[in-house]
Amino acid sequence: MSRGALLLLADGRFPAGGHAHSGGAEAAVGAGRVTGAASLEDFCRGRLHTTGLVSAALAASAVLGTDPAALDAAADARTPSPALRTAARKLGRQLMRAARATWPSEELDDLARRFPRGAHQPVVLGLTARAAGLGPADAAHCAAYESVSGPATATVRLLSLDPFDATAVLARLAPELDRVVEQAVEAARRVVDEGVDALPAASAPSLEISAEAHAGWSVRLFAS
Amino acid sequence: MDGVTTAGVRAVARIRARADGRGGTCLPVLESDGPLALRRTRGSGTEAHVMLVGAMSGPLGGDHLTVRADVEPGARLRVGSAAATLALPGRHRDGARYDVRLTVAAGGELHWLPEQLISVSGSDLRVSTRVDLAPGARLVLREEQVLGRSGEQPGRLTSRLTVRIAGRAVLDQELACGPGAPGGWDGPAVLAGHRAVGQLVVVRPEFEEKPVGAGVPAQGAAVLPLAGPAVLVTAVASDALRLRRLLDEAPASFTPASD
Repeated sequence: MSRGALLLLADGRFPAGGHAHSGGAEAAVGAGRVTGAASLEDFCRGRLHTTGLVSAALAASAVLGTDPAALDAAADARTPSPALRTAARKLGRQLMRAARATWPSEELDDLARRFPRGAHQPVVLGLTARAAGLGPADAAHCAAYESVSGPATATVRLLSLDPFDATAVLARLAPELDRVVEQAVEAARRVVDEGVDALPAASAPSLEISAEAHAGWSVRLFAS
Repeated sequence: MDGVTTAGVRAVARIRARADGRGGTCLPVLESDGPLALRRTRGSGTEAHVMLVGAMSGPLGGDHLTVRADVEPGARLRVGSAAATLALPGRHRDGARYDVRLTVAAGGELHWLPEQLISVSGSDLRVSTRVDLAPGARLVLREEQVLGRSGEQPGRLTSRLTVRIAGRAVLDQELACGPGAPGGWDGPAVLAGHRAVGQLVVVRPEFEEKPVGAGVPAQGAAVLPLAGPAVLVTAVASDALRLRRLLDEAPASFTPASD
C-alpha cells in the first residue's frame, strides 16, 4: 500500500463533497441532544459502532473484490431512511467524480455506468481505495474515521464548539476506531465466502428518525 | 424439546398455515414445544389466529428457543402472544438465543404481532428474526424491545431483523444495547436515553406501484419506505405504552409518495 495515497484519500480536503454533510449532527444539535464536547463524544461513539462499522465493512468488502452491486443492495437494506440513502448516493456520486480523476480505473468507470445516480458512498470509497492500490483495512479506516470526523467538524460550526475540544473527542475515539476497523475487515473477509449477509447490520434508530425530520427542515446548514 | 439439560432448554415450535379451499385458513401444523405453547384462538373471516403462550418464564441464559411459521399460498395467519416475553438471567453463563423464522408464499398474508420483549437486568439474549417473502406476499410485523422492567437497568440484548422479498434483503438491521454492548448505544445517535424501541414492517405488493412517502408522524417515530414494496416504521419512546401507540398509529399516516 502507498501511505501517501491513504493520506490523500483520508484528507478532509479531498474534493468529495463531505463537508456539506453533518452525519446527523445538525439534527442532534437541533433536538438539543448534542450540546457540547461530552455529548458530541457520545454521539460519535454511537455512530462509529453503527453506521461507521457498516460503512467500514462495505468499503473493505469492495476492496476485496466483492460485487459492488451486491454491496450497494446490502447498503440499502442497512439504511432504512430514504433521506440517508439519498445522501449516501449523492456522496457516492461526488466521490466517484473525484476518484475517477485521481485514480482512473476501469472498475470505477464500470460502477459509474451501472449507478448513474450514484452508488452508496462506502462502496465507491472501497473501489477508490482499490484503484489507489490500498488494502481493505485502509478503506475501512477511511470510512470509520469519516463516520466521526464529519459530525465533529460540523458540530464546531453548529455550536461554535472549540475546535481543540472536537479534535480531542476524535483522539479519544481513536483506539475504538481501530477496533471497529478490525471487526469490519474480519466481516469483509467472511463476505468473500459467505456473501453479503455476513456484513454487520448495526443500526442507530435515532439517526434514522432524525434524518427524516432534518430532511423536512426549511433552513439548514448541512444536507444531512 | 430435548429437555432441560445443563446447556439450557432447546425448543422449536412450528406453525403452518394453509388455504383450506373454502376461503378460510387451516393449520396442518401447530406444534408447541417446551416453554413455547401455541393455541389456536377464534379467527376472523378467512384468517387463522394463533396465540403464543409462555408456559414457562424465559428465555433464560443457555436457552435456545425457535419459532417457525410458514404461510402457504393464499393462506392468512395472525400470531400474537398472551403476554410480554421476559429475557431473564439464567444459571448458565452463556447467553440465550431466540430465533424467529417466518416464510410467506405468494398471495399469503402474515400478521406477526407479539407483545414486547423485556430485557431484564442481568439477562443476555440474542434475538434473530428472519422473514422470507415470495413476490406477492403480505406482511405486518411488529417487534418491540423494552430495556428493563420499571426503574431497572436493562440486560444485554442484541436483536437482528432481516426481511427478504424474492430472496433480496430489503431490511437488515441489528440493535445492540445494555451492559457490554458497543459504546454509545444509550447516547444521542442510537437510543438517546429512550427505554423502549420498536419496528413495524409492512409489506404490500401494491407499494411497488404506489410507494408510501417518508415522514415523521410523531416525535420519536419515522415512516421509512424501503428499497422494495415495504415500509418500516421505526420508533423510540420512554416506555412501552408510548412506543405501542407510535407504532400502531403510524400506518394511518401512510401517504403516497409525492414524486
